[in-house]
Amino acid sequence: MFALADHLLHPEGEALPRDVDASSAAALLARGMACRAPVSGAVYGTLLNDRAALAALGDAMHAAPYKAPPKAPVLYLKPRNTLAGHRARVVVPDNALGVEIGASLGIVIGRTATRVGVEQALHYIAGYTLVADLSVPHASVYRPSVRFRARDGFCVVGPAVVAARHIPAPDDLQIEVSLNGGATFSASTASSVRNVAQLLTDVTDFMTLGAGDVITLGVPHGSPVAHIGDSATLSIGAMPPLTVSFVGAEEQEGEQP
Amino acid sequence: MMRGRVAYAGAIHEAYPDTNGVRLADGRVRGEHEVVWLAPIEVGTIFALGLNYAEHAKELQFGKQEEPLVFLKGPGTVLGHRGVTRRPVDVTFMHYECELAVVIGQTARNVTRENAMQHVAGYMIANDYAIRDYLENYYRPNLRVKNRDGGTVLGPWFVDAADIGDVTQLELRTFVNGTRQQHGNTRDLVTDIPALIEYLSSFMTLAPGDVILTGTPEGIVNVNAGDEVVCEIDGLGRLVNTIASDADFGRA
Repeated sequence: MFALADHLLHPEGEALPRDVDASSAAALLARGMACRAPVSGAVYGTLLNDRAALAALGDAMHAAPYKAPPKAPVLYLKPRNTLAGHRARVVVPDNALGVEIGASLGIVIGRTATRVGVEQALHYIAGYTLVADLSVPHASVYRPSVRFRARDGFCVVGPAVVAARHIPAPDDLQIEVSLNGGATFSASTASSVRNVAQLLTDVTDFMTLGAGDVITLGVPHGSPVAHIGDSATLSIGAMPPLTVSFVGAEEQEGEQP
Repeated sequence: MMRGRVAYAGAIHEAYPDTNGVRLADGRVRGEHEVVWLAPIEVGTIFALGLNYAEHAKELQFGKQEEPLVFLKGPGTVLGHRGVTRRPVDVTFMHYECELAVVIGQTARNVTRENAMQHVAGYMIANDYAIRDYLENYYRPNLRVKNRDGGTVLGPWFVDAADIGDVTQLELRTFVNGTRQQHGNTRDLVTDIPALIEYLSSFMTLAPGDVILTGTPEGIVNVNAGDEVVCEIDGLGRLVNTIASDADFGRA
């Protein structure tokens, strides 16, 4: 099972996560504490769930290679090597391209969810978190290579999982991304094609989500791109903000014996 | 060594082949049908390859690829030997895919082709189902096609790499209701195992328990509820699965 009382976060260097109230979480984070991802289940990313993203594709959705607008949710896995936590330092593989910061609402599942109806869907949610769903920018969404989204550290989660009762209106949350403390990118969960409940219903019709799994509501259209040396702060609603910094590959390289 | 994982009498056991069925780690010997077969290992990240046998790619009318067509699968898809996989009543084409599953045994990051096989712990048979009706052209193959509950059958055994003489010369066969429908050989892989490990580890870290499903050869046909699908790979055993109807799953 996956259960939390309030704000669940896992300070770097500690054996177990802490479950504390909002002010304690804020006090811990104010000290500059780095965290591990507060979840360890499967993480599924959602794309093209922002009405603006579909509008931008426009007529291209009817032409090759897409041929028709998407019917089922557009999903992908963020495998375990991608998981990272608050204050992660993520390697930018190609600084000319940069890394797109998809600030997504992470829906954290509380109990086994199979064939969940829209009316019941919210009862299966333990809480919410921030997911920086990172990707190497790529134009085509036809059959993108996994190397764009599955790189080490490309799914930064946290700092906290916030209990669902603190977030009564997940379909109306402001999303913001600030690069280096400057210009802010804004979006909202309100522009989603499928809202939280509908997404869970459509997904769990064919695949079970387990306790502790995370599915994102989706990457906002027009998400900002970071480069080496940048630091991004993501916020969604009143949840504790998530910080990610972007570094070069130099110190990480080297072949294994 | 061949190892399986079975549920029996209230617990999960490691299990081994026995002339009378299956031998549990605690010494009990039971018939193959007396136990519930789970996937032989607890899997980490599951990679799957599209179009990695030349003839199969031709069958699906695909040309040359710039890089391996890799996609990822979640843990909910995994099913053991003798499990059942649901076929929705409204679909016209659901097919099996017999695949050699490569299990990573050591952390791998920036591994060269020459050193790649040191990172392989062993092998399993995989039967990776797909439902063509649900194919959409966004992030192909989309999860509704390839990430369905019970759509990735693994087992019956995990076999140590050292016990497989030449992994580049293994025959794969699939039988539907006893008729051989699919036949191939790992010598025909478009991207071979060392190249796959080199490729994947060039941009991500592979960890013990990660599994690479290396693709399927030509010979896919539609399967229907009630069909028995058996996948065989030389030296790895015989993986049985049965197709079930919506009604079996309480979907009228």
